[in-house]
Amino acid sequence: MGETADQIFVILQRWLVSHAPASLRFPLSALLSVVVILGAFALLFAITTVLERKGLGRIQNRYGPNRVGPFGFLQPIADGIKSLTKEDIVPQAADKAVHFLAPVVLVLAAFSLYAVLPIGRNMVLVNLDAGVLFFFAVSSVMELTIFMAGWSSQNKYSLLGAMRAIAQMISYEVPLILASVTVIMAAGSLSTVAIVEKQAGYTGILPHWFVFTPWGFAGFILFMIAATAESNRSPFDLPEGESEIIAGYYIEYSGFKFALFFLGEYLGMFAISGLGITLFLGGWAAPLSFLTWVPSYLWFFAKLLAMIVVFIWIRGTLPRLRMDQLMNFAWKFMLPMALINLVAAGVWRFLPQGVLRWVVCSLLVIIPYVLLGRGLMQGWKLEKRVYQFAE
Amino acid sequence: MLFTIFAILTVVGAVAAMSLRNLVHSVLALTLAFAGLAVVYLQLGAQFIGFAQILVYVGAVAILIVFAILLTREAAATPRSILVGSWKGSGVVVLAVFGILAWAIHHSAAYRKAMPPQPEATMQQIGNALMLRFALPLEIVGLLLTAALIGAVTIALQDKQETR
Amino acid sequence: MTSLASCLLLSALLFAIGLAGALMRRNAILVLIGIELMLNAANLNFIAFWRYGPNPEALTGMIFVIFSIGVAAAEAAVGLALIISLYRHTRTANMDEVNSMRG
Repeated sequence: MGETADQIFVILQRWLVSHAPASLRFPLSALLSVVVILGAFALLFAITTVLERKGLGRIQNRYGPNRVGPFGFLQPIADGIKSLTKEDIVPQAADKAVHFLAPVVLVLAAFSLYAVLPIGRNMVLVNLDAGVLFFFAVSSVMELTIFMAGWSSQNKYSLLGAMRAIAQMISYEVPLILASVTVIMAAGSLSTVAIVEKQAGYTGILPHWFVFTPWGFAGFILFMIAATAESNRSPFDLPEGESEIIAGYYIEYSGFKFALFFLGEYLGMFAISGLGITLFLGGWAAPLSFLTWVPSYLWFFAKLLAMIVVFIWIRGTLPRLRMDQLMNFAWKFMLPMALINLVAAGVWRFLPQGVLRWVVCSLLVIIPYVLLGRGLMQGWKLEKRVYQFAE
Repeated sequence: MLFTIFAILTVVGAVAAMSLRNLVHSVLALTLAFAGLAVVYLQLGAQFIGFAQILVYVGAVAILIVFAILLTREAAATPRSILVGSWKGSGVVVLAVFGILAWAIHHSAAYRKAMPPQPEATMQQIGNALMLRFALPLEIVGLLLTAALIGAVTIALQDKQETR
Repeated sequence: MTSLASCLLLSALLFAIGLAGALMRRNAILVLIGIELMLNAANLNFIAFWRYGPNPEALTGMIFVIFSIGVAAAEAAVGLALIISLYRHTRTANMDEVNSMRG
């Protein structure tokens, strides 16, 4: 019974495809999977928009939208109708072809990121041998579309926002990839399915997720900070800073194209959270060994929702980073931490199991963190911290 | 058939990259050519190379070229020719090069070769090859990239005296 | 025409187009774009021979292309840094106008 509930979508897909002639089976099953992914993540996008606005509202001590539907939860429908019927204004001096193509290519790239995420047991669209590399390759295409959007509007603020966004995304790509490399080293494969399967065991009740190791925990924190920066979300949303350059690189977009940008950005956020879940949080594996009767896809979406809630929480709580603070953080703090994390992961692999490797790897991660953190904030004086404005 | 489509796409992108007047359009066409080449690599079974091509060329080199274009903007689009003064001679040279290469391919054994089966190139094999047999080139490329990074930053750094 | 011959022909065509751009365009950045196209054409050649050649298990073609992509990216970075520095000095990125040793 549990097995059936877990594999219900796979069984359904196989049953539907078996009605077709043999030559069409593969394209039809691929098409079905693609349609389901498009539908599921577009629905998740709609839910997230209203969740974010209400969540941010509550953090800021106000109600979010509460007119449309019960407690405002049908707001996405109103938003969709608005964005479809708004006039599509294109500036006269804008480069028409590039202006049109930028949101299209962004959404295309954002949707194709889901091809390598294992949403449940046996439920991945393509089991690529180089899955994680495919993910990073396609997410680097998204940077180019941001430049296309910023440049084609022929607007100085737009271009400025685009340059900032690209500089930020390139800077944070390095710690992101390095944090993923530790997981790839530990799992011995670039395939997302193999990485999830490596984390699917249990010792007693506790799972084998990579986040429960010292290097995995540090790697997860690094990955999540870099993912926040990659999706241009607060506190790294200077390129689209609402109070500074009013939506940065998509100032000149209105109506449906703006909705497409919004969609592309959120899809990118979900995809990179999905990759974080796959690499560090065990993908579709249940957290405790007696909970494995719950279907695997429900665990994936539960973890994804938890990460979305954390993203919204961070957005509502932390102030925005300035451009130079952002770049310093990436290159001077996160890159050395990611490299040291890599060393810690290697040491973990070669030490025998037991208390020794926990202690050694934890120290290898904690001591540079404290030293780097204090050193960078105090200009390398490394003495007792003196509080200027407290007491 | 699929190969022909993407080959034509690549060639169209390359020709557009080399002949457009607007520099940013030229870079976007170049990106199209790179993407077309990446698909050709994937068709030839070189998965790692295809994705690495997109990651490095589209994600880094194209953006680098775009930044350089934005930093070296000329004041207004000049109406003079986009071609260098000696373009006729260069054109002859290019046609000669292509002619010789095409003739060589046509008369080589490539035309009559049999089709070997798809080779297997898993990530493990590539990793093993890089770490065991090709470890020295890997380290040298690492040194080269470091030197290039430091060199590029040093060359493009603005002297504090010059900007006053 | 076999697959190998069509790959080689595509590679030769791309090389010729890159060479045309590198030799005939006025702007220095377009010369660099031409050089990148030529390098890509050579990479395609290597991959085609790896796939259809006699010894694909040795992965030599693939490894060479990995290094070639890395080196090409490094060279593009240095070349563009040079062009930016040249632009700062002479206020132009035209190849025709930087033909004097005065500086």
